[in-house]
Amino acid sequence: MTLQLIATLAIAILLVIGLIFSFVAALGLLKLNDAMMRLHAPTKAGTLGTGAFLLASMIHSYAFGAGSLHELLILAFLFATAPASANFMARVNMHKRECSPPPTLPGDEMWSTLNVPEEDREIEEMQT
Amino acid sequence: MRNAIQRLLPHPYLTLLLAVVWILLQAEFTPGMAVFGLIIGIVIPIGTARWWPDRPQRLSGWRMFLYCLLVMWDIIVANVQVAWIVLTKSNDRMRPAWIVIPLDLRTPEAIAILASTITLTPGTVSADLSDSGRFLLVHALDASDPDAVRDDIKNRYERRLMEIFR
Repeated sequence: MTLQLIATLAIAILLVIGLIFSFVAALGLLKLNDAMMRLHAPTKAGTLGTGAFLLASMIHSYAFGAGSLHELLILAFLFATAPASANFMARVNMHKRECSPPPTLPGDEMWSTLNVPEEDREIEEMQT
Repeated sequence: MRNAIQRLLPHPYLTLLLAVVWILLQAEFTPGMAVFGLIIGIVIPIGTARWWPDRPQRLSGWRMFLYCLLVMWDIIVANVQVAWIVLTKSNDRMRPAWIVIPLDLRTPEAIAILASTITLTPGTVSADLSDSGRFLLVHALDASDPDAVRDDIKNRYERRLMEIFR
């Protein structure tokens, strides 16, 4: 009985933690200034917020029924895919010139997103 | 003998990962499922081996594990810090900055892990790679001293990844 009480408390605390971070992420999405900065908000919800929710779900499944470790998989897949989508959004921002231009590199190196192949330059200029 | 093992298990970590994922996917653990997971873990790396000819050969599994623990801890700490920044700092006082990180890492896999780590630790998002793959572009939400962030990433993550991917 006491063990279930402890589990309930732990679940409640984790849910509150997850809620707080999800809320901050949503708030950041509304509050922050430009697209590049807004990108920082969802990466937070994706990590700690979701992590806390999944941990709560896992404790619940072990305390009140058949235990399951599926949440670990969700977390692993989320951690593997979230950076990729964030990276794509950052590149779109750079491509559409919706952020301050990134610093230039020494020599004739360029950031690969901004280095448009010669045959595509015309399309690029039409769009901007 | 060594050759035979290498041909059967071209990618031992992938074998282990696939088997564990398969077992975790099942609702309950049964020996039959574990055997089937192992079979999947052996067949898939053999079938896909030709698509990664230059995969890193010697990985330090223990160091990798320690690295994962470090990153998890950093995610928690950095989350709290950034939540605090979002809640308390006004937009005008934030100092978003681009940070250029010169890379010492050469393996594509290691650079991918570094970029993912930078994105997962909130406050920084890795945005782009230079043409030659020698510079990484990172965007920081609030960095009053971009050079300090760069040195921190280099010392904390890149140095450890160099040791993992020798």
